[in-house]
Amino acid sequence: MDLRYSDADEAFRAELRSWLTRSLAELPAAPSRDDWPARVRYDTEWQGRLFDAGYAGINWPKAYGGRDASPSEQLVFHEETTRAKAPYVGVNFVGTLHAGPTLVAEGSEEQKSAHLPKILRGDEVWCQCFSEPDAGSDLAGLTTRAVRDGDDYVVTGRKTWCSFGHVGEFGELLVRTDPDVPKHRGITWLILPMDLPGIEVRPIETLLGSSEFCEVFLDEVRVPVANRIGDENDGWRVTNVTLSFERGTAFVSEMVDALRLAEELAPAVHDDAERRELAHVIAELDALWSLTKRNVSQAGRTGAPGPGAMMLKLGYSEARDRLGELSMRVLERGIFDVHDELVEERLRTLSLPIAAGTSQIQRNIIGERLLGLPKEQRWA
Amino acid sequence: MNFDLTEDQEALRDGIRALCVGRFPMERVRGGFDRPAFAELAETGVFSLRADGFTWSDASIAFQELGRALVPGPLVWSHLAHGVVEGIVTGVERPVDATPTMLEHLVEADTVVVVDARGVSAIPSAAFDGAVELEWPLDPLSPVHRVEVLPEAERIGDAALAAQWKTGGAVLTAAYQVGMAQACVAAATAYSLERRQFDRPIGSFQAVKHILADMAVRAEIARAAADAAAVTLDDPEVGDVARAVSGARLLASEAALKNAKASLQVHGGMGFTWEVDVHLYLKRAWVLNTVFGTPRAHADALAATLTATAG
Repeated sequence: MDLRYSDADEAFRAELRSWLTRSLAELPAAPSRDDWPARVRYDTEWQGRLFDAGYAGINWPKAYGGRDASPSEQLVFHEETTRAKAPYVGVNFVGTLHAGPTLVAEGSEEQKSAHLPKILRGDEVWCQCFSEPDAGSDLAGLTTRAVRDGDDYVVTGRKTWCSFGHVGEFGELLVRTDPDVPKHRGITWLILPMDLPGIEVRPIETLLGSSEFCEVFLDEVRVPVANRIGDENDGWRVTNVTLSFERGTAFVSEMVDALRLAEELAPAVHDDAERRELAHVIAELDALWSLTKRNVSQAGRTGAPGPGAMMLKLGYSEARDRLGELSMRVLERGIFDVHDELVEERLRTLSLPIAAGTSQIQRNIIGERLLGLPKEQRWA
Repeated sequence: MNFDLTEDQEALRDGIRALCVGRFPMERVRGGFDRPAFAELAETGVFSLRADGFTWSDASIAFQELGRALVPGPLVWSHLAHGVVEGIVTGVERPVDATPTMLEHLVEADTVVVVDARGVSAIPSAAFDGAVELEWPLDPLSPVHRVEVLPEAERIGDAALAAQWKTGGAVLTAAYQVGMAQACVAAATAYSLERRQFDRPIGSFQAVKHILADMAVRAEIARAAADAAAVTLDDPEVGDVARAVSGARLLASEAALKNAKASLQVHGGMGFTWEVDVHLYLKRAWVLNTVFGTPRAHADALAATLTATAG
C-alpha cells in the first residue's frame, strides 16, 4: 500500500494546475441556473477546452480521443479540478460519465467513432431514458415497447427522470424487445436520436425549482436497428455496465467537492457537539476518498474495481446527508436563501439516496452479490 | 500510488489469518491470554514486525487479522514496547501524575508501562501488590485490576516516545477494531443463512439483509480509513497524520461497536447468550473505545486539525 504520487504524477499535477489557472481566468461568468441555452453553451464550451488541452476523457482510450491516464493521474485530475473549482460536468454528465463509458465497453467500432470524439469535444449532449413511471427500483420491469420493422425498431412508451432530456441530442434508451420471456431477458439498449418524429419532452420541476429531469413520451418512434448497443435482448447486461459507471465512478468528483464544502464549513461551527459531528463526517469523506483510491488501484490492476465500488454510493449518500443536515443546523437562520451554496447543496443531495438505484436497492445488491444472501421471495 | 495490498502484504495477511484459524480458534480464545500464546505470537513476529523491517502498514494488516479472531491479551502494548521492554507488556495512558484506577491484563503481564505527556515509565507487575482484580470484568477476556496507588516507576522514554506510542497504539487499535467489525459481518451473515424462520433463511428478508449490508459497508469504509492512517504514519508527507489517525479511530471504533450490536440483533435470542461469541466482540468494542483515545477525544483532535488549516 502506498499513497505517494510519483514524480510523473506530480509533473502532471503541476501542468494541469497551471492550465486550470489560465483557463479558468478566461472563462465567462457561470450562467444562471434556469437559463438552459446558456448552460449548454457554458458546459459544452468547457468540455471543448478540456478536449483541446488533452484532459477530456481522462480514463478513455486514446483511440477515441481520451487521455488513457494512469489510475493515479485520474485521482490527481479529480483533486485538481475540484481544488480549482473548475466547472462541473453539467450537461455533459450522461455523455462523458454514463453513455460514453458504456459505448467504450460495449459499442461497435462505427458507434464508437460516430459518438465518442463528439462527446469528448462537447459537440454532442446526451440524456438518459431508463426509468419509467412504473419501472423505478424495478427497472427491469420496464414496458416501453420496441417492435422490429425492417431496419428499424418502432418504439412506443413513456420514460421519466430523464437527466438532461430537454437538451440532449441523443438518449440512452432501454426498451422491451421480447415481452414473452422473463423480464431481464427481453430488454435492449438503443441510442435514441432525440430529434426523431414522435418524441415529446416535458421538463419535471424538482423540489429545487429547477428542471434537470424530464419526462419523454415516445409514440411510434422509428429507431434504426444500427443504433443498438450489444445484442437484441441483451440490454440488461449492458445496462449493468452503465450502472456500474454511474454508481462507481460518476460522482467521484462531487465527492471530493463535498470534502471541500465540509472543510469550508469548519470555521462556522462553534458548538463542541457539532464540531465533533463535522469531524465525523470529514473522517467518513476522507475514508470514501481512500476507498476510491483503492477502487482505482484495483481497477488499474485487474480491469475491474473491487467490492468497494459497490459500496461507494451507499456510503457517500449517507455521509452527504449527515453533512447536509449539519449545514442546515449550523446556518440557523441563514438557511432562507436557496441560492446559498450550502442550502442548494442540501436540497440537491436529497436525490442521492434515490437516483441511480435507491439506498434500499444498493443494500439488496450488496447483500445478494457480495454477501451471497438469497433474494427475498416474490409475491405470487 | 497504489492503495491495494502488495503481494507481500497479501501473503502476510494470509499467514497471520492461517495462524489465527489454526492456533487461535474460539475455544482457545475463550480461555484467555497466556504465556504460550505470547510465545506463539512472538515467534510469528507479531510483536517484532517493525523491528524486523516491516512498516506500520504491515503491522496494521497483521492486527486486522488478530482482531478478526479476537485474539486476547495486551497485544498492542507488547508490540509498542518491543525492543524497549522485554516480555509481556501491558500499559495505561494517564494525565500527568494521576493514578490509573483500572488496569487491563496486569495478571498476564511482566511489566506495566505508563504513558503520559512527559514520557514513558515502566513498573514490574510484581510491584502492584495492592491492586485488586475485579471478579467480573465487563469483557471476560480483558482481566482488570483496580489500582489505588501507582508503584514507583522508572522513566524509560521521553515525551517523543510517548507521543509515538500513542499514535502507533491508535493505529494498531483501529486495525484490530476493523478486524472485529469484519468478523461480525461474517458471523452474522453465516447465521442469517443457517437460521430459518417462516420456512426460509432469515438472510433472505430485506429487513435482515439491509442490516448486513450496512455492516459490510461500515467495515469496508473503516478498513480504508485504517489502512490510510497506517500508510500516512509510514510516510507522513502524503497527508496529515493526526487527521488520518483520528479519522481511522473514529470510524473503526464505530464499526466495531455498531457491527457487534447489529450482529447481536441478527442472532436474535442466541445473541443474548454466553454461548454465542457475539457478546465477546461487543464487550471488547466497548473496552477498546477507552484506550489510545476515546471517540470523543479523536473527534476533538480531528476538529483541531481543521481549525489549524482554516487559521
